[in-house]
This record gives sequence, structure tokens and C-alpha cells, in this order.
Amino acid sequence: MPQLLLELFSEEIPARMQAQAARDLERMAREKLAEAGFIPEGVKAFAGPRRLTLVADGVPPAQSDRNEERKGPRANAPDQAVEGFLRSTGLTRDQLVERDGALFAVIAKKGRPTPEIIAEMTQQIVRGFPWPKSMKWGTGSLRWVRPLQRILCVFDGEVVALDIDGIKAGDLSEGHRFMGARQPFRARTFDQYADGLAAGFVVLEAEERRARILHEARTLCHARNLELVEDEGLLDEVAGLAEWPTPILGDMDPAFLDLPAEVIRTSMRTHQKYFAVRDPKTGKLAPHFVTVANIEAIDGGAAIAAGNARVLSARLNDARFFWDEDRKVSLESRLEKLKGVTFHAKLGTMYERVERIETLAREIAPLVGADPELAAQAARLAKADLGTGMVGEFPELQGLMGGYYARAEGLPDVVAAAVRDHYKPVGPSDSVPTAPVSVAVALADKLDTLVGFFAIDEKPTGSRDPYALRRAALGVIRIVLDKGVRLHLGRWADASLLAFFADRLKVLLRDQGKRHDLVDAVFALGDDDLVRIVDRIEALDGFLKTEDGANLLAGYRRAANILKAEEKKGALPTGPASAMPEAPQEELALIATLRNAQPEIEIALKDERFADALSMMAFLRAPVDAFFDKVLVNAEDAAVRQNRLRLLAQVRDAMGLVADFSLIAG
Amino acid sequence: MSAEPLSFQDLILTLHAYWSDKGCVILQPYDVEVGAGTLHPATVLRALGPKSWNAAYVQPSRRPADGRYGENPNRLQHYYQYQVILKPNPPDMQDLYLGSLAAIGLDPTLHDIRFVEDDWENPTVGAWGLGWEVWCDGMEVSQYTYFQQVGGLDVDPVAGELTYGLERLCMYVQGVDNVYDLKFNKAGVTYGEVFLENERQQSAANFHGFDVAMLQRQFVDMETEVRSLLGQTGPQGQVLVLPAYDRVLKASHLFNLMDARGAIAVAERQSYIGRIRDLCKMCAEAWLKQQTAAA
Repeated sequence: MPQLLLELFSEEIPARMQAQAARDLERMAREKLAEAGFIPEGVKAFAGPRRLTLVADGVPPAQSDRNEERKGPRANAPDQAVEGFLRSTGLTRDQLVERDGALFAVIAKKGRPTPEIIAEMTQQIVRGFPWPKSMKWGTGSLRWVRPLQRILCVFDGEVVALDIDGIKAGDLSEGHRFMGARQPFRARTFDQYADGLAAGFVVLEAEERRARILHEARTLCHARNLELVEDEGLLDEVAGLAEWPTPILGDMDPAFLDLPAEVIRTSMRTHQKYFAVRDPKTGKLAPHFVTVANIEAIDGGAAIAAGNARVLSARLNDARFFWDEDRKVSLESRLEKLKGVTFHAKLGTMYERVERIETLAREIAPLVGADPELAAQAARLAKADLGTGMVGEFPELQGLMGGYYARAEGLPDVVAAAVRDHYKPVGPSDSVPTAPVSVAVALADKLDTLVGFFAIDEKPTGSRDPYALRRAALGVIRIVLDKGVRLHLGRWADASLLAFFADRLKVLLRDQGKRHDLVDAVFALGDDDLVRIVDRIEALDGFLKTEDGANLLAGYRRAANILKAEEKKGALPTGPASAMPEAPQEELALIATLRNAQPEIEIALKDERFADALSMMAFLRAPVDAFFDKVLVNAEDAAVRQNRLRLLAQVRDAMGLVADFSLIAG
Repeated sequence: MSAEPLSFQDLILTLHAYWSDKGCVILQPYDVEVGAGTLHPATVLRALGPKSWNAAYVQPSRRPADGRYGENPNRLQHYYQYQVILKPNPPDMQDLYLGSLAAIGLDPTLHDIRFVEDDWENPTVGAWGLGWEVWCDGMEVSQYTYFQQVGGLDVDPVAGELTYGLERLCMYVQGVDNVYDLKFNKAGVTYGEVFLENERQQSAANFHGFDVAMLQRQFVDMETEVRSLLGQTGPQGQVLVLPAYDRVLKASHLFNLMDARGAIAVAERQSYIGRIRDLCKMCAEAWLKQQTAAA
């Protein structure tokens, strides 16, 4: 079956957009082909620095002829209506088919030749391509990610007639910009195309470029007893920056190794897109780097290695300048500068924020076993590094640099560590701080953010969360649970922020594969101590898994439903049920059990022995079951009925001490 | 690279010869302080309008906050940009650009030339475009941009802009690590002999010397003058947009000086940038009107 080959050849496509572009191209082609009735045997798209390519195998040479049925007027409709239908379909009356009292026209549709369909499809793809950012060039009106230079479009060995804004499709492609023939070559099949690219120093597949980089970079390092510091994100990026990716090992002046390792790595990565290299014996950075060039140079890469080494030296000289200059000024004396930095128009300056965090950290410190003075000091200095040259250059090093500078000026280790770690956890895979002073400052930082933005009604909506409040709330939850920090969030959070914490907790429990629907049942009690809430949820989860638990939940629902129905008729009787003379044995048994269990449950809850409270509650199960089994709540005698309703209310309320069972799903 | 690398002035002369040969008008630097070659009216204004325009020039660029008293080997408060503007951008603009690198001795079979995504924008003139930083062996040697908007107006036809950082490029070509060691000419004059003292004095003035209140006053004066000039017409009835634009440049430079003095609070910053952008937009609109009417 025939093959379609399409190449959109352009100026350099941003690396970060390539993978998605390949997916979009494949998806759009599949959709357009399917609309035409084609199900190709295989569709595959590729993206690289200068080209998007699509190959589809098994596309028939033409659409098959089809019959299209159109419904017309009813069979007994006036002549006028029928004639109108005949005109619009171009048929005669005897060609119409009658079915279920209506007229149908069966119109034979001639299948179109595939090249026509492909030309149309390519127009639509090019004109409607979802680039994150696109542009115009020259005098044209077409938009593409960068100027589109050429289109190769071949079907079944023939060029597809196609012209998009003056670019005519042909059968030419070309190889590498600087290597090989540097002349266009002809391709009428994918095999010819792939051969032409291979001969022209272009690796078509992104995955192959990645593998080539990784393999060669490791080999280069290995040969010198070094180890590549692998970095997936960087690998993806450099694989999109070269058609013939060629790793080169360069040398760095070892004198720079006295800079913090994070500074060297960040400079290499963000400015230069280099991989760092370490000494496998010590695990520390080695004075080398791996850059990924786009050519195999005629001198074996010596000039490239030397050039890159000089550029890196200039970068690290800059970093050293910042490192040296920054340490001349104490963090404390940088605070003044934060008065000129707006944190948020409605939330004041960064300095005001620091003051709030300081107050919070001092309040939280005793709850986490930290010295309040040290926590306050660390909080005060936590944001001071925002004014340093190094953080200005590498914003991603905030906190970390503050920690280095705090240590350099001789501040206590716990203070330096808290400055360093107070942003933690920065993502789901990041660890939480553990030292008490760090915990206090990390919590204070996040609580200030949350309380502030909730106060000015800047809450996350849908996918919009510009201030990363979800991450902040999750950070609080993770730290609190990890450290078992007992604190009442309600001291700072209003109802809407507490509900937000409940939502985040649900997400966290769900991600941990735990039952998250119980969060509402427990939060409804109005507790704001996350540790206690989670303990309660876990006890409840365990209880509901037992037979007693499941049955008692059923009994609870029955009681609650009856009470709800009665409530509609009028106020429920209040007070405890009494042991009425001549009451059935089951009623008396439930009253007695409840009388014995209730104080025990209350004591256990007060001691936060939730599992004990629930096992105490399990004693209710048999009497509740027996009561519903044998006793009619809706007794004739009003006094008897009232008493039984009181009893059910007591059961409901006793259980309600542990959780709001009405909110439990399932 | 050739046996003897180009001197700083020969680098400029080579680029001049190259782009002159490609049909560009070779202009001399603009005589108002600017922060970048883009701000030269030959780029900002000429990018707008339907007329074709190809020009190349060297532009001294002043970045007061980048001053280092002549003590940093890479950073200067006054340096040179080489600027090329091609409107409409020719289809082979990338090849033309690579040809210019070859002309100054950067052989792409020996050096690693890459086009790395960089979307350029200059909020003070309401301009943006898509393009790349061009890297040579890991060093950014040029900025390459297809202008999409200037002064908030669509650039149609699209103009292609090339900006070469001359000192950095020359340091690379000469293999020098300190800008002041660059050979300015073949007769042994160094860049330091020409500019070191200037860096020292200007840095001092930028960081401590200027009177902030006076700068603020001058800024307001320029702002007023732009509006005034845009309300006046010349002998043929045309709006005085070119002199008005000069005052926008002056306002922009005054802002940079205040910024270097640390006299602009973060909160005020956006407001200043917005004021300059508004002035620039007014000039761009007036200019475009003139160009369209003339065409």
C-alpha cells in the first residue's frame, strides 16, 4: 500500500517545543486521514531542530466510492416540498427510497484521489498548527514557529501538488547545515529520506539523539575515570539543539572548585547547557564539563573544547565576583533593601513579609521544639539573599545561597540550615526539613503566603495557581505530618483556608493510595489539628474495614434517616432516653450499652486513643442491630415513640463524637 | 580562523564591507545615548511601515548599571553593538548571517555554531520578536530576531534584526580573556588604552556622581517635550516625530541613570517603563502614519 512522506523544513525550532510538535503533527494527521476514511497501517512523526517529519504507511491511492444517505420530507408531504428536495439532491422522484414513512435520497459519492486529500490536509495542518508561539516573516502572511523554508510532500512516489503561501511542495530535503554535502537531496520514499539524512549527518529521531549523547558522554567520561552527572531535563533540551549531537569533554580551571558546587552546576546548566562531571571516588564535582556540539569538527573538537572552557571561565569568574562581593555584606544589613521590594501590591513589601514571618516563626517555635529566638533570627534572614548578586543571577539558588552566606558570617548552624531549607519541600519529590528551627521557619514562610493570599481573595481556581498556594498548603501538611507537629491551623487560617487544607489533604491521601473520603467526615467536626485529624482518619479507616464497623455504619444511616424524616414533622424530643417499664429487652439493652460505652468513648477521644474509642463503639453494633430487628420505632404510643427517637438520637450523637458518619461515602 | 585574528577596528571594517556588499546602507552611530543598537531610529522607526530598508551600523550602547569601574574583564557600561536591519527579511537571512561570521574568521566546520531559542522583547519600546541567541562554542555572539511588533504596532513586512556584541565577539576571535587587552588596531593600541579611563570615570558618575533630583527633573522635561513636539509640524506640515523620538531616547537614558543610582524603587519601575513605552508608542504611531501616507 502507498506511503505518505511529509517534511516541514524550517529555521531552528525551539528545543522545548519539539516533542509536543511531533505529537501534534501525528495526532492531526491521524484525525485528518480518519475524516477521509483512511486508517493507515502506521503513522509516525519526528521532530528535530530544523524539521517536522511525518510518515504514514498503508494509505490507499484513493477514497473508495461511498453512498451517502440524506433524509427528505415525509412520503405524504406536499409536492412542493418533495420537488425542493429533488432539486437539492439532483435526483428524480423514482430514485428516492421510502422508509418508515419518509423519503431518502441515496447519493453516490465518488471517492477523491488521495493526493488531493493530502494537499488539503497539509494546508490545514500547517495553517492550524498549535505552536505555543508563532511568527510571520518577510512579506508573507503564513505563521510558523520560525520561517518555514521548504515542504517535502510525496505520496506513493509522486510529489503532491501543493502550495502554501507561495511555498510549493517538492521532493527535496537537506541534511546538516555544516556537515556533508550541504546540498538538497531528493526523496520519494521514507527509506530514501532516511538514507539521505543519515548520509547528511542528521539524526532524525529525538530518542536516538538522546541515546547518542548519553552513550558518547559516558564513554568520554569513563575514558578519563570520570562520571557524568546525568540530567534528564538537560538531555532533552540538548537533544533538541543539534541535528548531529556530538558530546565534547572540556576542562574547567580547578581553582573554581572552591565555589559552592550548586553554583557551578547551575552556571553550567542554565547558562551553558553543559553536563557536570564528577569524580566517582569522592562523588564531588571534577574540574571538567561535557558540552554537546552540533558538529564533528575537523580538528576533533579541540577548538570547541577550548572555546567553551573560556566561556565557562568567564561565567564562573562572574559567579566568583558575586560570591566574593556578597560575603562582604551581612545578611542582616541587606534587610533594608527589602523595603524597596514589593512582594504583592496588596500584601506590602518583602520587608513587611519578613516581619510577619518572623512573628509567625516565633509563635510556632515552641510547638516544634525550636528555640524561639533562633527561629525568629533565621526567619528574619531567610529572604535576605534575594538582594545578593548571586541570587539575582541565579534565582533558583535562593535559600541555598542564604544558607552559605549565613554560615560564612558565622551564624549558628541551625540558623544557616533554616535559611537554606525554609522553602522546602519545593515539590512532591523534595524532602521536608527536619531540624526544629528549619521546621518553624518553613511553616511560617508557607503560612504567611497562604494566609496573605487568602485574605486578599487570591485563591487558586482550576489550573490557575500563580502563587503556588497548593504547593504551599501541601508543604505545610507534609511538614506537620512528618514531624507530628501539633498545631491549630485555625489560629491563623479562616474557614476557607481550612477547607483548602482539607482539599489538599485529600489529594495527599489519595496519592498515597489511602481512603480520602473520610477527610470530610473528620474535618466536619471542626478540628484544625492535622496530626489528630489524620490519626482519626486512620483509626476510622481501620474500623470501617471490620464487620462491626460496616454494620454499625449501616445502623447509623438507618437511625439518621429515621431522625431526618421525623425532624421534618417537628422538633425532635431532647434529652436521654429512659428505661421505660415494659420496654422490649432490645431497647433496654441498647440504652444500657450506650450508658456504659459513652463515657468510655469520651475518655478515649479526650486521650486521642481513636482506635480505642472506635472499639468501644463496636460494642454498640450488636444492640443496634437487634434494636432495629425487633423494635418498631414508630410505636402507637407517643411517649414510647418519643423515647425511641431519643435513643436513636443518642446513638447518632455518640457516633458523631468520632466523625460525621453522614459524610462517609460507599 | 586566519593566522592573524582581526583587530577590533578591522572586525568592524570587515562587517561593514560584508554588509555593504549585501546592499545595506552603512550608517554612522546615532548621536544620542541609547541602551542598545535597536533603539537607533534606523531600527525602531524604520522597522515600521511598508518601505524596504536595509542598514548596518555600529552603535555605542550605554548600560549605566553594568559599570564596574574598569575592574571586570567582561562588563562595561559603554560598549559597542553592531546592528543589521533587513526589511523585509530576505529568505536566506540565516545564510547571510553565517556568511558574516565566516568573513570575520569563524569557520562553522571548526566551531560549534548553534541557534538557541531566545524570544526578544524590549518593554520600554513596546517591541518583541522571535528568534535566537546565536552561540559559537557556547558563547552568545549575536542576537537574531524577526521583529513582530514595535511600539505596540505590527511590523509588516517583517524586519530581521542582527545584533553582534562587538567586544565579546572580538575577544573570542582574538582569544583574549580581558576586554581591555583587545587589540584595537594592528599598530598595538589596546582597547584599554582607548576606554579604560572612560569606564572608571563614567562608573563613578553613574553610581555616585549624578544628582538624582536633577535626573528626575530632566526626565519630566523630556517627557513634556516629546508631547509638545508631537503637537508641532514642520515646513511641509509633517509632525516633528524624529526630534520627538530623540527626546524619548534621552528619557530612556535618564531612567537608566536613575536606575543605576538605585533611585528607582521596584514599585516605581513599572510605572517609569510604562511612561517611556507610551512616549515611544506615540512616536511609532506618528511615524507609521507619515510612512504610510508617503508610500
